Amino acid sequence: MVRVEFLGPIQKDALELEITDLRQLAAILQADASLHEWLTNSAVALNDTLISSLEGTLKDGDKISLLPPVCGG
Amino acid sequence: MLYLYDGALNVPKILEDWYAQEAQSNYGAYIPFIGTVRSEDGIDGLSFDIYEPILNSWFASWQKKAQEKGAIIKMAHSRGDVLLHESSYIAAVFSPKRRVALEFIDAFVEDFKASAPIWKYDLKDGKRRYALERSTAIKGSGLLAN
Repeated sequence: MVRVEFLGPIQKDALELEITDLRQLAAILQADASLHEWLTNSAVALNDTLISSLEGTLKDGDKISLLPPVCGG
Repeated sequence: MLYLYDGALNVPKILEDWYAQEAQSNYGAYIPFIGTVRSEDGIDGLSFDIYEPILNSWFASWQKKAQEKGAIIKMAHSRGDVLLHESSYIAAVFSPKRRVALEFIDAFVEDFKASAPIWKYDLKDGKRRYALERSTAIKGSGLLAN
């Protein structure tokens, strides 16, 4: 099971998904109309490290986080 | 040295504490940047969410860069609500000489604005409104949209 968390202003509960790669995750999230804008402007972290590619496989217990635009200070 | 607080920062105390912590460390320069909430667009204040795991690793990467130049960084930030004319952010660089600290504080604060996983909301009429138009997408965003 892979956990998907939506951080900050994305008002959406975390998901638990049976997926094995990030392309499957992209397809699932793209089917949710409420996420369209967030997908275009959010960064993605795998186990709390930002990633720059959808390549590779996911394993049981992995955590994906979506990080929308930031503004600290 | 990253410090997170609920609500507004006690700026004089934090600056004094940091000064005392490094008073005997032989740094020649201590350059703080303080961010204070301004009155604009009728807001009552700002509010912040922080994602600590990635903030911690982001900060650690900057601390490493500072140490390579013989400097250190300290940073304090608020969680939750901060009202007008209160402060939500302090970053400070200590270094042997001023030039490194002046350049480093500029680069650090710019990357903080672009990369640190902190989300800002305007407080107005008792509501919290995400400040999307003042926010910056983290480098590499949009990966799951394609």
